[in-house]
Amino acid sequence: MSGRVLVGVKRVIDYAVKIRVKPDNSGVVTDGVKHSMNPFCEIAVEEAVKMKEKKLIKEVVAVSCGPQQAQETIRTALAMGADRGIHVEVTGKDYDMLGPLQVSKIMAALAKKEDAQLIILGKQAIDGDCNQTGQMTAALLDWPQGTFASEVSLEGDTVKVVREIDGGLETIKINTPAVLTADLRLNTPRYATLPNIMKAKKKKIAKVKPADLGLDMTSRLEVLRVDEPPQRLAGVKVETVDDLVAKLKETGRL
Amino acid sequence: MMNVNRFVVLSKSVQIGQRLLAHNAKYAGKEVARVQQRRSIKTHSRNLAYAKDLFLGQVNKAEVFPYPEIGNEELDEINQLVAPVEKFFSEEVDSAKIDREAKIPPETLNGLKELGLFGIMIPEEYGGLGLSNTVYARLAEITSLDGSIAVTLAAHQAIGLKGILIAGNEAQKQKYLPKLASGEHIAAFCLTEPGSGSDAASIQTRATLSEDGKHYLISGSKFWISNGEMADIMTVFARTEVVIDGVKKDKISTFIVERAFGGVTSGKPEDKLGIRGSNTCEVSFDNVPVPVENVIGEIGGGFKVAMNILNSGRFSMGSSSAGMIKKLIEMTAEYATTRKQFNKNLGEFGMIQEKFALMALNVFVMESMAYLTAGMMDRPGLPDCSLEAAMVKVFSSEGGWICVSEALQILGGLGYTKNYPYERYVRDCRILPIFEGTNEILRMYIALTGMQYAGKVLTGKIKEMKKGNIGMALGMIGKKLRTSLGSTVDLGLTGKDGVVHPSLAESAKKFEQNVDFFGSTVESLLYRYGKTIVDEQLILKRVADVLIHLYAMTAVLSRTSRSISIGLRNHDHEVLLANTFCSEAFFKNNYWMIQLQKHSPENNDANIKKIAREVLENRAYVCSHPLERTY
Repeated sequence: MSGRVLVGVKRVIDYAVKIRVKPDNSGVVTDGVKHSMNPFCEIAVEEAVKMKEKKLIKEVVAVSCGPQQAQETIRTALAMGADRGIHVEVTGKDYDMLGPLQVSKIMAALAKKEDAQLIILGKQAIDGDCNQTGQMTAALLDWPQGTFASEVSLEGDTVKVVREIDGGLETIKINTPAVLTADLRLNTPRYATLPNIMKAKKKKIAKVKPADLGLDMTSRLEVLRVDEPPQRLAGVKVETVDDLVAKLKETGRL
Repeated sequence: MMNVNRFVVLSKSVQIGQRLLAHNAKYAGKEVARVQQRRSIKTHSRNLAYAKDLFLGQVNKAEVFPYPEIGNEELDEINQLVAPVEKFFSEEVDSAKIDREAKIPPETLNGLKELGLFGIMIPEEYGGLGLSNTVYARLAEITSLDGSIAVTLAAHQAIGLKGILIAGNEAQKQKYLPKLASGEHIAAFCLTEPGSGSDAASIQTRATLSEDGKHYLISGSKFWISNGEMADIMTVFARTEVVIDGVKKDKISTFIVERAFGGVTSGKPEDKLGIRGSNTCEVSFDNVPVPVENVIGEIGGGFKVAMNILNSGRFSMGSSSAGMIKKLIEMTAEYATTRKQFNKNLGEFGMIQEKFALMALNVFVMESMAYLTAGMMDRPGLPDCSLEAAMVKVFSSEGGWICVSEALQILGGLGYTKNYPYERYVRDCRILPIFEGTNEILRMYIALTGMQYAGKVLTGKIKEMKKGNIGMALGMIGKKLRTSLGSTVDLGLTGKDGVVHPSLAESAKKFEQNVDFFGSTVESLLYRYGKTIVDEQLILKRVADVLIHLYAMTAVLSRTSRSISIGLRNHDHEVLLANTFCSEAFFKNNYWMIQLQKHSPENNDANIKKIAREVLENRAYVCSHPLERTY
C-alpha cells in the first residue's frame, strides 16, 4: 500500500464568532471575520498524524479547496504534522457555491492521482453542517466508508472503525483504500506549537485548479435567501394546569 | 546673552554620554575610554532615536513617518503564530484558579514551553524562534490575558536571559540559550536588593575574585526576584573591585549564576496583591563560586548591561496593556448593551459612554506607541529607543490602571466581586507603574536625557557664535523674533509635501504648535535652572508628561495617516480617535507648559513642597481637629 493519507481541511468562520447575516440576505458576513480550521478537520489531521507517528502510514497530505486564504488552513495542518499540502484553487462564484458534491469530486480525483490509501475527513463542517462530503467521496470512488468514527485502528489492509450511531457504538471492519470521517471523540487535536509553525514554512504546498483535474464545479443548487433564526419570543406564565390547557387550546396547539 | 558657564557645568555634573562638545574634541580619545558615571539615573545616549529632537522643538519626520510596516510574509507568520497561542489561553488557562492558588499549574507551564513561548526572541540557531521585537509585542497582547503568566514569561526572557542575548559571548550563548529557549531552564534577573530599589547603582552584593583567579565568589541578598524560586539560571549584578588609572574602585559587574553552583537559596514566595501566580521571592547568595567565563561583558561594565536589558524590554508593556483592555472592552460592552436601568441600556448613559471612549482611546494610543517603538527598534543599526520605550511604559501602565478601574466601575457591584475577573485585572495591573522601573524614576530619566541633549546642542550653538559664526547667531535671533511676532508654526507635517493625511491636518497643527512651545520651554528652563534642574522633580515631571503626550500624538498621527492612505478597514473611526486624543493632549500639554513658565500663577509647586515639608516634619497630618476649641 502507498502509505499515503489524504486529509481534507476546510477554512470556516471560527466557532466562537457571533454570525451575522448580510443586509441583502444573500449570505453571512465573512469579511474581516475570524476564520480557522473546522474543528472536525482538526481531529482528522490529528488522527492522520498519530498514524504516521505510530509508523502505520508514511505520508500525510493536507488538502483544502478555496481562495488564497485556504493556504492558511493548510499551513496549520502542516504545523500539526502533515508533510505537504495541496491547495485546490476555487474562487469567486465557484467558491460561493462550493458544496459537498464538488469537494467530493475533487477529493476523489486527488485520491486517484496521489494513490491514497486512506482519506480522512471531518464528519461535517460547522458552517454548512452538510455531513455529506465523506459519504459522497466514498461513493464516487466506490470505496468502503467508516463515518462518525470515534476510534480507528489500521490493521494491515483493513481498518477497524468504531462508529457513534444513534443506538450506541457500532464496530465495523472495512478494507483499504477507504474513506473515514472523524467524530468529536476520536481524539484531542494538538496545539500547533510556534516552533512547528516555523518549521512548517519549509513544507511544500502544491497549487492546482479543478480544471487541471478535469472537473466541473457547477452547482445544482441555488441559495435563495439567508435569514437569522427567528427571535425567541417571551413565554407566558400561567397559574394552574387548567389555565395551561385553556391557553394551549386558545393558540390552536391542542 | 546667555550664561555659557551654566551649560558646561550642567553637562559635566549630569555626566553622561560619549558625545562631546566641540571644544573638548582634543580630549575625545580619553573621554571615550573613561568608564561610566556615578549617577543612578542613567542618561547615557548613543544614537538616540526620535524623541530627543522634540526637546529642541524639532520633529525628525523621517524617523516616525511613515508608520513602520512589516512585509506580507511576516504578517502572515504573525497571524499563524497568534492563533494557537490565543486558543491555548482561552482553553487551557484558568486565570481564576492561578490567582486563587497563587501558582501556575505545571501542566499549563509545560503547555507554554511546548508552544515555544519561552524563547521568542532567542535566535533559531540556539533553539529559539528568532522573532523580532514587533512579533514579540504582538504575542504580548495575548499573554497579557493572564497577568501571572505574562510576568513569568517576561521575567524569563525580557530580562532574565536578555543579558546573555545582548551582551554575552558566543560560548555563553551556546552553553545557556538552548535550554532557556525550550524552557528546560528558567531564568531570573537579580538586581534589586532590600536597600537598593530605584537606586540600583547602590547595590551591596559582592563578588570577590578567588585566590586562583578562576572563580568569583558572590555573596549577598537579592529581593523581589520574579521566578526566584524556580530559576536555574540567574543574571546577577554584584560589586567588583576594579583598578582604573591605578585607583581601586568598586564597579558593578554582571554574572551568569547557575543554581547548580551551590550556595544559592530562595526564600518563601511573597504574598502579593496581584500577579499572584508569578513567583516572587528573596534569593540569597553565600559565597557562590562563579567561573570567570560567566562574566557578561566586561568587569565593571555591569550597570550599562543592566540598563540596556531593562530598556529593551519596556516597550512591550504598550501592547500587553492594549491587549488586556481590548478584552475588557468586549466584556463590558456586552454588559452595557444588555443591562437596563431606568428603562434604558447602560450604554445610553453619557457617563458610561465616556468610559468606553476612554478605554478605546487608551488602547488606540498604547498600541500605536508600542508598534511604532517596536518598528523603530527593529530597524537595522540598532537605534537607542530607550527614551521612547520608557515613555510607552509610563503611559501604558498609568492608562492601564485607569482603564481597569473604569471597567470595574461599569459593572458596579458585580465588578467588585470575585465572581467576575475585573477585580483580578485591577489587582494585577497595580504592579505596572511600580516594576520595570517606577514611573517616577522613568519620568526623571525621560526628562533629564532630553534636557541634557538639548543643553549640549544649545551649548554647542553658543560656542559657535562665540567663535564668530554669524550665521548661527542670526539664525537664533531670527527664530526668537519669529516666535515673539506670533508667526504660525510649520514643521512640515501638513501641506503639499506633508507626511500627515489632510483629514488629520488640524491635529497635526496642534502637535506642531505644542512641539514648538515645548522647544522654547525647554530652552527657558535650561537658562533658568542650569545644573540645579536635576533636583526639580516637579518641573521634570511636567517635562516628561508633555514629552510622553507629544510622542503619543506622533504615534497616533503616523498610524492613522497610514491607515487612511492604505484604506484600512474602519479608518474613519481611527481618525475620530486620533483627533479626539490630539485635541485633549494639546490642551493638557499647554496647561503643563504654562505652569512651567517663570512665576506662573498656575504653578503651586512651592506650596506643595511646603505642605509636604510640614507634614513630614510632623510625621502626621498637621492641622488641629476642626472640632477643637481654644476657649
